[in-house]
Amino acid sequence: MSSLHQLTIEQASAGLAKKEFSSVELTQACLDQIASSDHRLRAFINVFPEHALAQAEKADLAFRRGEALSVLAGIPYAAKDNFCTEGFATTAGSKILEKYLPPFESTTTQRLKDAGAVLLGKTNLDEFAMGGSTENSAFYPTKNPRDETRVPGGSSGGSAAAVASGEVIYALGTDTGGSVRQPASFCGVVGLKPTYGRTSRYGVMAMASSLDTISHLTKTVADSALVLQSIAGRDPHDSTSSNLALDNYSEEIKKPVKGLKIGLPQEYFTAEGIDPQVKEVIFSALKKVEELTGTSAIPINLSAPDYALACYYLIMPSEVSSNLARYDGIKYGLSVSGSDLFDTYQKSRGQGLGAEVKRRIILGTYALSHGYYDAYYQKACAVRSLIKKDFEGAFKTVDLILSPVASTTAFKIGEKSEDPLQMYLADLFTIPMSLAGVPAISVPCGVSAGLPVGLQIIGQWFDEKTVLRLAHHFEQSRK
Amino acid sequence: MSLDIAQIDHLARLARLKLTDQEKELYASQLANVFDYFQKLQTVDTTGVEPMSQIIPLKNVFRADEPAVDTEETHQKIITNAPNKSGRHLVVKKIL
Repeated sequence: MSSLHQLTIEQASAGLAKKEFSSVELTQACLDQIASSDHRLRAFINVFPEHALAQAEKADLAFRRGEALSVLAGIPYAAKDNFCTEGFATTAGSKILEKYLPPFESTTTQRLKDAGAVLLGKTNLDEFAMGGSTENSAFYPTKNPRDETRVPGGSSGGSAAAVASGEVIYALGTDTGGSVRQPASFCGVVGLKPTYGRTSRYGVMAMASSLDTISHLTKTVADSALVLQSIAGRDPHDSTSSNLALDNYSEEIKKPVKGLKIGLPQEYFTAEGIDPQVKEVIFSALKKVEELTGTSAIPINLSAPDYALACYYLIMPSEVSSNLARYDGIKYGLSVSGSDLFDTYQKSRGQGLGAEVKRRIILGTYALSHGYYDAYYQKACAVRSLIKKDFEGAFKTVDLILSPVASTTAFKIGEKSEDPLQMYLADLFTIPMSLAGVPAISVPCGVSAGLPVGLQIIGQWFDEKTVLRLAHHFEQSRK
Repeated sequence: MSLDIAQIDHLARLARLKLTDQEKELYASQLANVFDYFQKLQTVDTTGVEPMSQIIPLKNVFRADEPAVDTEETHQKIITNAPNKSGRHLVVKKIL
């Protein structure tokens, strides 16, 4: 029983159904793993042992009664600490929300609650999901379980580290420019960013509303399909969520991949800064994919990813500067009394928000300010249209696109924290998909110097099923 | 391009952020680098291209014009989070 925490959702669900072990035992196994490794990794901001065990008991009771239960019932998971969980501290990794108790529940955690899932705790993140290393958390950095001198990636670094270390069976994250795919790549787990609009953003602290995508991290692709099935779909509380019907993802991934047409964006392999060893791992993964599909990859052209990066770092901070105006020290959170109301605002925000958050607010305020709006914000929105057209063009000839997730493997803690531009460049290959809104997955495809490398599989809007299908077959072929 | 301290001061005021002198100098130099990087975009021809801010073409998403159910319990939960309160109300400094 000592290895229960290492199970996948599929295995755990089968074991629970057959009564090989109870949800309480499974939950306790994860809590034990947290107790033994999290003082080093620091993947969690808060763990709720009592609540989790009570939820587990409820699930066990339902199992004993023979009730029809969701595949996620009784299985422990963690949520990134920017998902509002009613009555449980939700900090977004920020001092300004250190004592915040949400009066409501995010749609995604509510759906999991309804499915009988067990919420184990809330994971560490870059403050308000802004960063690529989890070093921007106001509390402490998280370490990469594969090499504790290195970052787990970010901003969903706590979720990725928790899944990779077996502290939890799966975890929720958010992906605005790569915040689930890049940590999945760095920690060697599976990270899916669905199509923008496939999952509901309600109750998740907004960073950049036109880009934020509720996403998840799992140990396998089959697990990713199961979680997507449970959390996706129209939510009346999020008017940007789509009412398109969901596919049966667990069935879809089993279908054959022969004949799928794969595109390879030429610009992504000539990009400056891609580590030659990472490139080699990606190319050998590509060969494997070509064997599976029985087709040769087709060279395609997308805009050079550095244009997307420039576009993203104007649009995202603009939305950030607007979204984070709500943290004013009046309604909730840290409040620092000033000489007048204005002074209270600026002191509360000045002291409560961290360096990267303030940098992005300043950047966004500049891009939206009088005289620069057309040159920066509007220009970036026009370039975004072109980036979307690029993908539309590519998907006329291919079914899926393959690329690296990140140009390097996990970097050392402290290596990039002094240079924001270098840190921004870490998102180079994940940002174009965020701007276009297409679904993309990071699936482990090998190692470079002992560190995991992720392969990015990108699909058409709302075609998660084909993304998951190829990822599943690729994962199986590596066993 | 470069940003001077006066510009950072102006932006910080617009964004209601109290910055230390050290932060102002740091941001002025770091953001100048970032803005240099942005110059790439000026080389892209966007003549006649419609700027896009909503990626998934949804139109006319309506809901019934009814107030959400606001119970006393919800009210309490919301007010509990306020740093400065009096009974059922938030307290703010005088603005007049």
